[in-house]
Amino acid sequence: MRIRVYTAGLAGLIATAGILLLAGANSSALKAQQAPAASTEVKIDNFSFGPAAITVAAGTTVTWTNRDDIPHTVVSDDKVFKSKVLDTDEKFSYTFAKPGTYPYFCSVHPKMTGKVVVQ
Amino acid sequence: MADKTKDEILYDHNHDGIDRRGFLKCMAWAGTGTLCVMQGGVLKSFALNRPSDSGAAVATGELSFVQVSDSHMGFNKPANPDVAATLQAAVDKINALATPPEFLLHTGDVSHLSRAEQFDNVDQILKSTGKQTFFVPGEHDVLDDDGKQFRERYGKGSKGAGWYSFDQKGVHFVGLVNVMNLKAGGLGSLGHDQLEWLEDDVKHLKSSTPIVVFAHIPLWTVYPEWGWGTDDSAQALGYLKKFGSVTVLNGHIHQIMQKVEGNVTFHTAASTAFPQPEPGKAPSPGPMTVPADQLRSYLGITNVTYVQGHQALAVVDSKLG
Repeated sequence: MRIRVYTAGLAGLIATAGILLLAGANSSALKAQQAPAASTEVKIDNFSFGPAAITVAAGTTVTWTNRDDIPHTVVSDDKVFKSKVLDTDEKFSYTFAKPGTYPYFCSVHPKMTGKVVVQ
Repeated sequence: MADKTKDEILYDHNHDGIDRRGFLKCMAWAGTGTLCVMQGGVLKSFALNRPSDSGAAVATGELSFVQVSDSHMGFNKPANPDVAATLQAAVDKINALATPPEFLLHTGDVSHLSRAEQFDNVDQILKSTGKQTFFVPGEHDVLDDDGKQFRERYGKGSKGAGWYSFDQKGVHFVGLVNVMNLKAGGLGSLGHDQLEWLEDDVKHLKSSTPIVVFAHIPLWTVYPEWGWGTDDSAQALGYLKKFGSVTVLNGHIHQIMQKVEGNVTFHTAASTAFPQPEPGKAPSPGPMTVPADQLRSYLGITNVTYVQGHQALAVVDSKLG
């Protein structure tokens, strides 16, 4: 009986350690989400920017690619950056040196809006 | 239940003599070649194959012109790989009209990418009509250069971003530009300077003068979610309130729509290049690909006739195939 109880206790310890390990993994996953996004690609598709909002580290280059049959542009609301017109499959890149929030839109179809947050 | 075959007005929200069903009925006709006439605030529709209803008035029309829109020269995607051929079909249609038009109006998106060779191509195709064409730009015509090239080609004598007016046989025509300096999240825009000019331009005209306003983006709110409207159009229309007959001709949405509000008839023309979906019926307003043998039934031109002494202008849409 004693041995059995001891075994059960050990199993309990292992299970607890496992939960702690899982919890640890969860918290580091959470940290990864809060950190600047690794992705620097934004797709223009169906008259929208995807993702519409991204967070990046200072110095990151963001590249927009037009996947629509209709030309679009990528223009900063505050005139920080402005692409030439992008026909189908054409790209525009901009390197964000300074932290801040950069709202932008398509000057041809102004209902299309997006945002880059630089940390 | 109401008898669906009757033409009585069931709901008249705008007090303009048109209910939703009546409007949709005219819309249904419009797509198949119809004459829609506004008389005394009531929109009347006639099928084109019944000329006895209205043909006499049209035949004696004193001013007839054709609206062409959204030729998108340079577009070559599956929705229409040959926009030059369909523009040519539109020109053939114009050249075959029983009453030749005095001139043409092109309500924008002449080109797809504002390139010189695209404008050249359109000019070449329209040339065979032998008629003068009055242009206003679409957003595709002013890419990257704020419309400089467009104004150099088509805007001689125009003001500001390219707006202007002229008179033909007692009708006052106003060409407006609502595709410049668009703001994030907004719709089409006329802007302060153009509105001031418009107010001044029509101030001295008699209220009996028929007015035709043409611009690319609709001057009425068709579907704001897709940007199908103009932010400051209400102010522009405010300056036109005193006139007994105002006809507003637009393009941009690549489909025929009509609405009557008091003394103002709003009309959007079909494209000569490719159709776009009905508002909200697709994830985006992008080009709609239809079976190749049906494409020309989605494309068309608009013929407008003014008969002196009559309040209404007759607006006739005809498809290319």
